[in-house]
Amino acid sequence: MGVHATKVVLLAAIAISFIVSLFQSQINPYFLQIIIYIGINIILATSLNLINGYAGQFSLGHAGFMALGGYTGAVVSTTLGATPGGSSAVIILPLALVLGGIVAALAGLLVGIPSLRLRGDYLAITTLGFGEIIRVVIQNLDFLGGARGFTGIPKLTNFFWVFSVVSITVFVISNLVNSSYGKGFLAVRDDEIAAQAMGINTTKYKVVAFVTGAFFAGVAGGLYAHFVSYINPQQFSFIRSIEIVVMVIVGGMGNTPGVIIAAALLTILPEALRPIAEYRMVIYSLSLVIIMITRPQGLFGRELSLRSLLGRLRKQAMPV
Amino acid sequence: MSELLQQIINGISLGSIYALIALGYTMVYGVLRFINFPHGDAFMVGAFVGYYAAPRIVPLVGGSLLIAGPITLLLSMLVCSALGVTIEKLAYRPLRPRPKLTILITAIGISLFLEFGGQLVFGPDPKSFPTLLPSAVIINTPNLVLRSTPVIVIATTVGLMLLLRFIVMKTKLGTAMRAVSYNQSAASLMGINIDTVISFTFVLGSSLAAAAGILYGSLYPSINPLMGVFPGLKAFISAVLGGIGNIPGAAIGGFIIGLIETFVTGYLSPTYRDAIAFGILILILLFKPSGILGRAESEKV
Repeated sequence: MGVHATKVVLLAAIAISFIVSLFQSQINPYFLQIIIYIGINIILATSLNLINGYAGQFSLGHAGFMALGGYTGAVVSTTLGATPGGSSAVIILPLALVLGGIVAALAGLLVGIPSLRLRGDYLAITTLGFGEIIRVVIQNLDFLGGARGFTGIPKLTNFFWVFSVVSITVFVISNLVNSSYGKGFLAVRDDEIAAQAMGINTTKYKVVAFVTGAFFAGVAGGLYAHFVSYINPQQFSFIRSIEIVVMVIVGGMGNTPGVIIAAALLTILPEALRPIAEYRMVIYSLSLVIIMITRPQGLFGRELSLRSLLGRLRKQAMPV
Repeated sequence: MSELLQQIINGISLGSIYALIALGYTMVYGVLRFINFPHGDAFMVGAFVGYYAAPRIVPLVGGSLLIAGPITLLLSMLVCSALGVTIEKLAYRPLRPRPKLTILITAIGISLFLEFGGQLVFGPDPKSFPTLLPSAVIINTPNLVLRSTPVIVIATTVGLMLLLRFIVMKTKLGTAMRAVSYNQSAASLMGINIDTVISFTFVLGSSLAAAAGILYGSLYPSINPLMGVFPGLKAFISAVLGGIGNIPGAAIGGFIIGLIETFVTGYLSPTYRDAIAFGILILILLFKPSGILGRAESEKV
């Protein structure tokens, strides 16, 4: 699909989310909540997929970016005094989300810089540490509520906002990686030294991946904060980062459709498996190990794309 | 002045724990060139073996801590060695030729599995560690109270380090280990069985982590299945600080991190306790990624 066609798809997706949001009050609130969480997790997972999957820079600090976006957004909207349903919300929520995204992106820049000289393992620990530092700092900031958390965030997030952002995230990231510019991400992932020898500015690509990924994680954090209306530092611990990593790995690193499906599945599954909730993290961790040993390309494989599906259908339809 | 002395003792005893764990990280990194994330959890398992074994062993030897302590320590080291070797055989060995990222994710997966599996098996609530080391008061002045526990912890650590140094420098397997860490393919051409050496490395590392678990339980007698996460990360940072792959470096790094952490929590603010080590890590990686004793490695094309 060319950029024009994807733009049409993007606009259509935003229009559909708007139409659906008109009927939001008719949806069972429990289902609505799960649907909103699915959207937020899709944003988180596809943005992490840019860093981990396409650029090959293993990051364990996504929850930290999310926390920054969530807290920034919460400060913005409470200072400006937005009320749910008020007309000002239409301006204030996007402002809060974008500012949250920008703060997270700046943090991404900060993490991206040491990542230039770190290889896989070090980077994983540094990003994990970075996420923890953000959490500890927030815990010590009284004006953000410290360990008690931030209360009274206006509940502005609805179906429309979440799925518009989902569409924009998927649009931006897939166009970024499918452009000729984006081939550079794959080159950095596949062989950094060879990429450098071919004249690719590996530094720039890593930083762009971190900044873009962090921006969307920040926006997702803002959406989350304005949906649950109460956030505290514990919600953004490294377990949260691990959950997002699991979505990326189950879906297949560098496979956006797979990651989207995995994000949706892994949001629904814990709800369906409430009775065995205490096994959730054990199952997650085991599936990481088993997938890595038996199927490192993820459950769905690299071939899962609209085009290849169509191609396969066409092949089957043709008489041999 | 005496408060300073007290902090130094606390720092060195905490540093001993970090140093013992760091040795395992650094040795595995030396032979396999990757970070063995579950190592911090081997430390946790070590502490839990002590928790379950000590109350059974102590009455068996007539209540003498002098005999029960070393037996518990050995048992815990044995269990953790078995755990380390199993993880290596089942998870790492099949992945050895695969990309680094695959091994890294597997290691993180195993680490989480031990942590949350531990919550299921041992229960998520903190448990109080049985008394294994005599905690008699050695010095008691109004400003300084020195108990025997930290002294024994430090002495045991130093003893284990000397033993490790002997094994690595003087025995045949230790020499093989150094050869593998220097150049794996050349070592293999010289007739060294790489698999044996790697298993042996895991035995050494995991038993030191187990010892650290027992000592930690004796110093801070509250243990839980997630207790390995932060000591593990800080020990890893110690290994990086000392120069990863370098055995004396890991020990030095552990003591330094222990001291810094104790000083910051004692004199500045206790709430930043878990963030300091990461701050140090970022500084080292920015300014001297090879660490104190490590040598810079150029990447081979």
